[in-house]
Amino acid sequence: MTGEVLLEIRNLVIEGRAGEEWLRILRGVNLTLHRGEVVGLIGESGAGKSTLGLAAMGFARDGCRISAGSIRFDGIDLRMASERVKRGLRGKRIAYVAQSAAASFNPSHKLIDQYAEAPVTHGVMSRAQAEKDAVAIYTRLRLPNPEEIGFRYPHQVSGGQLQRAMTAMAMACRPDLIIFDEPTTALDVTTQIEVLAAIRDAVRAFDTAAIYITHDLAVVAQMADRITILLRGEEVEENDTRAMLAAPRAAYTKTLWAVRRFQRADQPPPREAPLLSVRNVSAAYGKKPVLHDVSFDLYPGRTLAVVGESGSGKSTVARVITGLLPPSEGEITLEGASLPPDYRARTRDQLRQCQMIYQMADTALNPKLTLRQIIGRPAAMYLGLRGRALEARTRALLEMIELDPGSFIDRLPSELSGGQKQRIGIARALAAEPKVIICDEVTSALDQIVQEGILRLLDKLQSELGLAYMFITHDLATVRAIADDVVVMQHGRVVEQGTKAEVFAPPHEPYTELLLSSVPRMDPDWLTNLLAERAATD
Amino acid sequence: MGWLFLAFGIVAAFGLAALLRRAAMQLAPTEWRSALADMPLTAAFGLMVIAIYIFVASAAPLLAPFPEREVVGSQFQPWSLQHWLGTDRLGRDMASRLIYGARNTVGIAFATTALAFIVGSLLGLWAALRGGWLDQTLSRFVDALMAIPSLIFSLLLLTIFGTSVLTLILVIAAVDATRVYRIARSVAQGIVVMDYIEAARLRGEGSWYLIRREILPNALAPLVAEFGLRFCFVFLTISSLSFLGLGIQPPLADWGSMVRENATLITFGDITPLLPAGAIALLTVAVNFVVDWQLYRASGLKEQAG
Repeated sequence: MTGEVLLEIRNLVIEGRAGEEWLRILRGVNLTLHRGEVVGLIGESGAGKSTLGLAAMGFARDGCRISAGSIRFDGIDLRMASERVKRGLRGKRIAYVAQSAAASFNPSHKLIDQYAEAPVTHGVMSRAQAEKDAVAIYTRLRLPNPEEIGFRYPHQVSGGQLQRAMTAMAMACRPDLIIFDEPTTALDVTTQIEVLAAIRDAVRAFDTAAIYITHDLAVVAQMADRITILLRGEEVEENDTRAMLAAPRAAYTKTLWAVRRFQRADQPPPREAPLLSVRNVSAAYGKKPVLHDVSFDLYPGRTLAVVGESGSGKSTVARVITGLLPPSEGEITLEGASLPPDYRARTRDQLRQCQMIYQMADTALNPKLTLRQIIGRPAAMYLGLRGRALEARTRALLEMIELDPGSFIDRLPSELSGGQKQRIGIARALAAEPKVIICDEVTSALDQIVQEGILRLLDKLQSELGLAYMFITHDLATVRAIADDVVVMQHGRVVEQGTKAEVFAPPHEPYTELLLSSVPRMDPDWLTNLLAERAATD
Repeated sequence: MGWLFLAFGIVAAFGLAALLRRAAMQLAPTEWRSALADMPLTAAFGLMVIAIYIFVASAAPLLAPFPEREVVGSQFQPWSLQHWLGTDRLGRDMASRLIYGARNTVGIAFATTALAFIVGSLLGLWAALRGGWLDQTLSRFVDALMAIPSLIFSLLLLTIFGTSVLTLILVIAAVDATRVYRIARSVAQGIVVMDYIEAARLRGEGSWYLIRREILPNALAPLVAEFGLRFCFVFLTISSLSFLGLGIQPPLADWGSMVRENATLITFGDITPLLPAGAIALLTVAVNFVVDWQLYRASGLKEQAG
């Protein structure tokens, strides 16, 4: 890129308050952005990507301060500029697209009102012009019914559409720079594609420069011209996307690249009888049916992945198995014996056999109990351990999940990182000495390096203890890494099932094909090729 | 002169509170020190005042120069060395009755609030946990009770059941438990949807364990803050009931009725009847200082900064 420099950040240091101290979040980061260029920012959570993104608007979150360095946007020094000047820029020349569109829209105003706010306030357009303009941008972002969608409220459109409406809102004043903060992280793969394609298209059409923040390398490979990699507030590597994908230089970059390579060893086909069977299960929330005639088996020592988009009924299957939602038809059998449909009717031993690990470790661990109490309780309750035996068991469990018992046993969940919390969730499930563990999207809230650690741990525990896992996920990369058997679900029905090799080898069911082809690959041309291919077949 | 004296007294009390806080920080076990370190001066003052009240209430027979109910002189004597605050309309020693009043008023208020909290919060947490018809039945019953103005409702109940200390405690606790129930239920409704509650249910835990170990620790902070506020309200209710003649019955000393009985003195420029009212006001302010501190801690600001 040889365009004129739009944004130049030099030696930026941002500090965050932690009690009495100031800790450095960014330690001297440089970033140069030319007009019309897209730069990808990559890093784990806590690397300072979002902080850097916000700093590009001259903004620091509450409790943070910009303590050194310079931020120049098109000749204006944003560190020195008054709030008035910065307010004039924000929304007009620099716009921001947040991760969760659902949380960023005001639920009590129509989309069009929120769209028109920035151009009207900044005096760029009149309200009537803005409404007309919105339709043009909605069309460009391929939103359905562009004339009419603006008059809906945020809860009346889907997540993917809302994310595009937010991008449209950011484009309302035709800004020079848009900051995208993980805009597709919360979306399904199939929806993600639509949003990615729409964003890329619009950014190119208006020649907008963008900072694209994400932890997903394959996504950034589609979007960015250049990539900057951050680690604990410092820049690790910066290069053109193609050059970096072809030949990463820094050791950390190489480990990022290697994450997706974890692969569980192939298992021999099951010889034993199934441990847990779901037999012709249908279920409904009230009168609304969500599952139709679902059947599959879990075998000891094997992992069954249940795949599907949100709303496909995959989490409902878990609720039926655990007995939270009694099925309207069909039954669940454990080791050949039928389980009572309601968990309250199950014996303590039946409850013990089937444990669950949750997606959000934050809400799955009681914040007021220490790890000793959290992990110790199932062991005390099911196995009757007391006193010293309980202490020894708790310590052994902490060792199994690779945390040092001495320093962790009396901590509260708030004193742990996201990955460590998820490990505690695993330990609590293991404490019951179950045969089946249901993992509900256990890695989707974690970044990739931490994800890989959790997957390896689960794999190690499975081969040591012979557990059966039911792995609910929408992430096919995780399925590739850890599954033995796969069930693909759509609209509450099983679309396809079989061993991983069977499901992933052609010919595919059309829905499986759609899911598989929607997983971003580490190839900068993947999105372009895929869209061309889909356009050709339509 | 009087105002200067009052201002000096307040400054001295705050100074003393600061000293005590420092001393407490030196002596307290390590895990309490961080909580004490960010305790505001107002909270230290509040705690000190509450401690003094508790001391006075429990050591009343030792501190009071005269017995509570005995007529020890002529009526309406002025302040003197023998009778520090004079005597009341029957000739009982005012200072002694003020000291005994702490015991009756504060003791009954505390017992009432505690009872209201135990009943109200347990039922509230239970209703939130079980949901369904149990929640509906309890909540609608509580709504019906709350629809009646509380003072009129307590007056009604006291007229029906008569005015003994026990009925007083039970009636006010019943009326207040409805408010506590509402708060406990709404706090717990935010907690019972958490995955850790689901995990505990699937583990086969009973309601009692869920309430005690999983919900209560998370609901405690707002409930403690509410306890302080409720305590003040109960205090005022008892005093107003006593003032109306349906609260603590003579010859038991209590602050509300002391104001009523000796109110005529105010006409003559004697401030003695205001002292029990002042004692109530001071305790109310002190409790609210401590409650504010607890609310601040409950809001989670402290935990994030630490």
